[in-house]
Amino acid sequence: MVVALGFEGSANKLGIGVVKDGEVLSNCRRTHITPPGEGFLPKETAKHHRDNILDLLKEALDVAKISPKEVDVICYTKGPGMGAPLVSVALVARTVAQLWDKPIVGVNHCIGHIEMGRLITKSDNPTVLYVSGGNTQVIAYSRKRYRIFGETIDIAVGNCLDRFARVLNLSNDPSPGYNIEQLAKKGKKYLPLPYVVKGMDVSFSGILSFIEERAPELLKNNEYTPEDLCFSLQETVFAMLVETTERAMAHCNSDEVLLVGGVGCNVRLQEMMGCMCSERGAKLCATDERFCIDNGAMIAHAGALLYQTAGPTPFNETTITQR
Amino acid sequence: MSSEFVECQRGAEATLSRGTYLGKRVLLKRRPPKAYRHPHLDSALTKERTRAEARALIRARAAGVRVPTLYLVDLQRSSIYMEDVDNGITVKDYINKIQPKTEEESKLDSLMNEIGICISKLHSDGVIHGDLTTSNILVTPTSGNFGKLCFIDFGLSHTASTIEDKAVDLYVMERAMESTHSEAQRLLMRLLAGYLSHSGKAAEDVFKKLDQVRARGRKRTMVG
Repeated sequence: MVVALGFEGSANKLGIGVVKDGEVLSNCRRTHITPPGEGFLPKETAKHHRDNILDLLKEALDVAKISPKEVDVICYTKGPGMGAPLVSVALVARTVAQLWDKPIVGVNHCIGHIEMGRLITKSDNPTVLYVSGGNTQVIAYSRKRYRIFGETIDIAVGNCLDRFARVLNLSNDPSPGYNIEQLAKKGKKYLPLPYVVKGMDVSFSGILSFIEERAPELLKNNEYTPEDLCFSLQETVFAMLVETTERAMAHCNSDEVLLVGGVGCNVRLQEMMGCMCSERGAKLCATDERFCIDNGAMIAHAGALLYQTAGPTPFNETTITQR
Repeated sequence: MSSEFVECQRGAEATLSRGTYLGKRVLLKRRPPKAYRHPHLDSALTKERTRAEARALIRARAAGVRVPTLYLVDLQRSSIYMEDVDNGITVKDYINKIQPKTEEESKLDSLMNEIGICISKLHSDGVIHGDLTTSNILVTPTSGNFGKLCFIDFGLSHTASTIEDKAVDLYVMERAMESTHSEAQRLLMRLLAGYLSHSGKAAEDVFKKLDQVRARGRKRTMVG
């Protein structure tokens, strides 16, 4: 039996969770929310994490009804992510590991998402679409490794949506992507946008420039409403994601899709992916915001698996990496 | 007419069926509508790709690269009728079937070299394939030899002559090989050598760009 305490802070979410053999005992989170029109910066995000992490740790242990003594392993996000926030969280994880004399495990953030998704949806060997503000990857397990079959060659899909939300001056609460999704539901008129799929890779920066450049004019002339633009953007970028996922499935003869990452809780994306799956006789596995959005439980769970199979990370290797 | 056609393969985007057209054995490639896509986007993409594929098949042939002969393009039904390559198997299957340390294995290097030359020929004439993988190149093996190469599936192709497009095209190939073949790196070196031997000076610029494109691929080296 392994009780794992997981620390996550690779972006603007700070999460701490306790997982006991695949059972989530607590999964607490604080989000650094910036004013409309602004993104989050490493320095301020790290400060947010530092300001909140001790209270959140206490809360995570209280909710789980676990004392530090009962924790078997400390897990933290090693990367990829923003440097300063990663360091601030890793520092606390390393400190408690030494204070409480516990083994420590550094976890790959992407694998955290995948393992958590597999745990919650009980999917066995899925093709994974991992989509968030910082990552866009199509991943499948092949020859004993998670392998990236396709990914964005520039910005992440979530970043594309978030930055368009800034153009429209949408609120970042609870997240810019969520607010785009709500507007898109009311959009009707489709604006043709660039559609960029290269093999199994995708690209979003050109689409973003295209719509950023034209949006002010289109809105001023009342040709399109903000709702229409959100709708068109979602329809285009999600179609690209579903297409590349389908290509990866055809490539590996897979009949399961696991959707993870913050953008993975977008209902329209789930709907489109589900539609593709049913056309192919495949199954869609998706989770909700508790586990799609960055959280501590996923790091605890993936870390526990790593600890049980590969043992702890040597203390002098408990560094972070942005890549 | 299409009732006499028998579906033989269902890819991510298109279905392939075998049948006869004007007395010839042909392959019918159809792109059925995708219900998940917005109808405008779907019809635009389907038309664009059917058209691009037909166009690229003709251009590739003019560039001296073997591709299936084009018989008919039906944009209304987003269908292409083309030659059904005799005894063609994909390079992917060919590599996987090869027994180690046989004569065929030693031919792999020249196969990769040949592929590199063909890609270079396409690029020199401005044909960017867009989805180069070992599944999209056929060989027609005869005893101990890989026979003739035939490039297929030009659905994501476009015409361009910039270094960027060529580098990305090679990068797509590189990625596809890394995820399917254990000896990808060695094979790839051969392929690039073939490309260089045909493109000469122009290849150097493309390789320089290829390094930049590789650096953009962001997180794949990270091991947790």
